[in-house]
Amino acid sequence: MGFSKTVSGGGVTVVRVDGQLIVGNRQELKAVIQESLEAGERKFLIDCSHTAYIDSSGLGALVTISKKIRENGGDLRLAGLNEDLRSLFELTKLDALFHIVQTVDEGLTGF
Amino acid sequence: MTAPLRLTIRRTVPVDPGAAPVAVDLAMPSDVSEVEAAVELMARHCFAGLAPCARTAFRLRVTLAEAISNAILRGNGADPTKQVWIRAELTAEVIRLSVRDEGQGLEPTRRHSPRLPAEPEQDGGRGLFIIKHLADQVEFNDRGNTIWMTLPRC
Repeated sequence: MGFSKTVSGGGVTVVRVDGQLIVGNRQELKAVIQESLEAGERKFLIDCSHTAYIDSSGLGALVTISKKIRENGGDLRLAGLNEDLRSLFELTKLDALFHIVQTVDEGLTGF
Repeated sequence: MTAPLRLTIRRTVPVDPGAAPVAVDLAMPSDVSEVEAAVELMARHCFAGLAPCARTAFRLRVTLAEAISNAILRGNGADPTKQVWIRAELTAEVIRLSVRDEGQGLEPTRRHSPRLPAEPEQDGGRGLFIIKHLADQVEFNDRGNTIWMTLPRC
């Protein structure tokens, strides 16, 4: 359980969220993104295909991350959300705030 | 480094099956790093012997994580000396979850009809809204420091 980061050939930072993104680990994700921004990375894709659930703290962390990336002139996409996760974004109307794509591959090609 | 797990579980099966449901109790410290373990422990006991549908398992994990998180951060003010108590009452049809903290309780005006933040980019303020939409029924005690959430068993 946790986060694993890879950088694609096209220079997109892919952060995979394994397990859950909740109150107990949201700071860790923020730190991964912050370090990447400081290293000059600007294209981000968060891979949720191995994410079981997200709580409001996790959603809040994603909102904060999205703002931070945008302020630094970057771009963020979310990929691989299952039906439950997608419905959570729709319920909280955050689907309008994020660029959500079906798959990681789809997300990578569009950058 | 995750703190060592200090969870206790009590499983009560009443003599008269009609009198009260099976209950699973768990007490945990006000430590957000233990929320994941607490949620998984409760989920495992709530669905013991069952094959839960994915939707119900998702709803249980999210609502429980929200309620425990609120209890730790808002109720107990993240004070590590304070406890959070979680209970699941199980019948054949439903799971009734309760989460209790040592705080003064959520104000009555904030318990009903929670709304999403007016500012979409606000990072907090969605927890109770999510609980109300994912659980079939949500209730509070008078003081407001215990929340009950009812979900289908599957």
